[in-house]
Amino acid sequence: MRELVVISGKGGTGKTCLTAAFASLAENTVLCDADVDAANLHLLMNPEIKKKTDFMGGSIAKIRNDDCTECGRCLELCKFEAISEEFVVDPISCEGCGVCVDLCPEQAIDFPVQKCGEWYISDTRYGPMVHARLGIAEENSGKLVSLVRQQARTVAEETGRDLILTDGPPGIGCPVIAAIGGATALVIVVEPTVSGLHDMERVADLAAHFKIPGLVCINKYDLNREMTREIEKVARKRNMNVVGRILFDSLFIEAMVEGKNILEYKENSEAAAGVRKVWDEIMHSPSMNLMGLKDFSAIIK
Amino acid sequence: MIISVASGKGGTGKTTVATNMASALGGGVRLLDCDVEEPNAHLFLHPEISRVEEVTTFIPKIDDDLCTGCKKCAEICRFRALTVVGGKVLVFPELCHSCGGCVEVCEEGAVGDGKRELGVVESGTAGDILFSHGKLRVGEAMSPPLIQKVRSVNINNGITIIDAPPGTSCPVIAAVKGADFVLMVTEPTPFGLHDLKLGVEAIKTLGIPCGLVINRSDIGDNGVREYAAEEDIPVLLEIPFDRKIAEAYSTGRLIIEVQPEWADKFRDLYNRIEKLASC
Repeated sequence: MRELVVISGKGGTGKTCLTAAFASLAENTVLCDADVDAANLHLLMNPEIKKKTDFMGGSIAKIRNDDCTECGRCLELCKFEAISEEFVVDPISCEGCGVCVDLCPEQAIDFPVQKCGEWYISDTRYGPMVHARLGIAEENSGKLVSLVRQQARTVAEETGRDLILTDGPPGIGCPVIAAIGGATALVIVVEPTVSGLHDMERVADLAAHFKIPGLVCINKYDLNREMTREIEKVARKRNMNVVGRILFDSLFIEAMVEGKNILEYKENSEAAAGVRKVWDEIMHSPSMNLMGLKDFSAIIK
Repeated sequence: MIISVASGKGGTGKTTVATNMASALGGGVRLLDCDVEEPNAHLFLHPEISRVEEVTTFIPKIDDDLCTGCKKCAEICRFRALTVVGGKVLVFPELCHSCGGCVEVCEEGAVGDGKRELGVVESGTAGDILFSHGKLRVGEAMSPPLIQKVRSVNINNGITIIDAPPGTSCPVIAAVKGADFVLMVTEPTPFGLHDLKLGVEAIKTLGIPCGLVINRSDIGDNGVREYAAEEDIPVLLEIPFDRKIAEAYSTGRLIIEVQPEWADKFRDLYNRIEKLASC
């Protein structure tokens, strides 16, 4: 089993548009949207939901005001300033540590488990897809990311598919850590800007920390060719294979408006040819070997 | 006056709007880059950093001589950051949420203060802009406490502009809570619209007034404008796509450096926000 995770560090570099295009080129694949916070892949996949499951995240404290004697112990204990002077818990600030619940002298605090979102197993024109929606302003996004990835793996095993294509979240924090651990390889989609380079370096540091091989794809490369060369230089220095450049083209947006990927929308465009070439390079890179064996020689430095 | 610049979707131009507005206003405006996972504002403002503060969070440190292996600390920990093996407590620092429950329940006083590094807050000036940003330590999962730290620097009565992280979950809430106004930056595409809706829902839970900047306003479709009209969200500025702006951005330059006429538009943007926030 191989899992390719598409990430970027910086948001908006084209992860989802590329993942959707890769989906139409990949064979025997399960799609996975691990950007549970602002998921977009479904907008290009039109998934037909087959199974919907509640995601039960952490618990949140709830004071039973009838039993509360307003002794103030919970206020004293809460490190997250989640309890008001009127002894009401702010569900957004509550971390779900349960310390007030356990130590309330009157045992007047309940700790109901919260539904923090939903996750789905769907069918798409390119095969099964596992995706999710985290509730608004919720925590536990890392937990939900781990869950969708694990479910994608189960679906792949059950349906005899040997590749999982995962659209990852931006950043380097909790959801990204949950999205990359144990991946066969990462595709880092970078735009040729100072922020693109800066953010690629941070996410490469993270991937190096977890000892994962990385491949770099420059999107919108013609926006700044000099920066493109600079990014490729940095990538190689850090032991990341450069798998290609993709043209800055408004066709990507036009395709998105139609709910299509670039290959469906304009098969013969230069942008589409660029995407195909990148996919070819990815699948022929040693890190994506058929056995899915970890390519230690390609670990990011 | 605290304005948080947020977006839902990444890469829509939060940093562009925050840095250009700050530069156009000048005069002691404070810019706080709270996208601590991937801070970028410094790449455009080039601040001179004069203060670096290491930010840590509490984690338990067990005094084995005092510990009796009673397991109370492990029992109260909802995050499984403590476990007892063979009468000895093991701590998993990266799982700890710093709730302090273990300290409270330990009857032997065996749980002391340890710390885990979250990152750094760097502060300085960029011209007459007061600048601070947070940089999350690579490998650290929890950004909200660091964001709160960035927000706690030198709150004054002037104008504070916060560059928020993308998304709709806890880091965004940490960067937006308590602001007087949230400026949502979006692009008029299906992805932009989808994530804008999520972002607006998140802001609604906090009850803060918000307005919209539409970046690359001449691409995509009309969905964002229709949504804004339906929801009564004022569109405060539209920035059309301009290859020159995009190329300037790629080298770390501000719009107002390459097209100075934009300075007035960003000042005007602020003035409109000020009016909306006060009513």
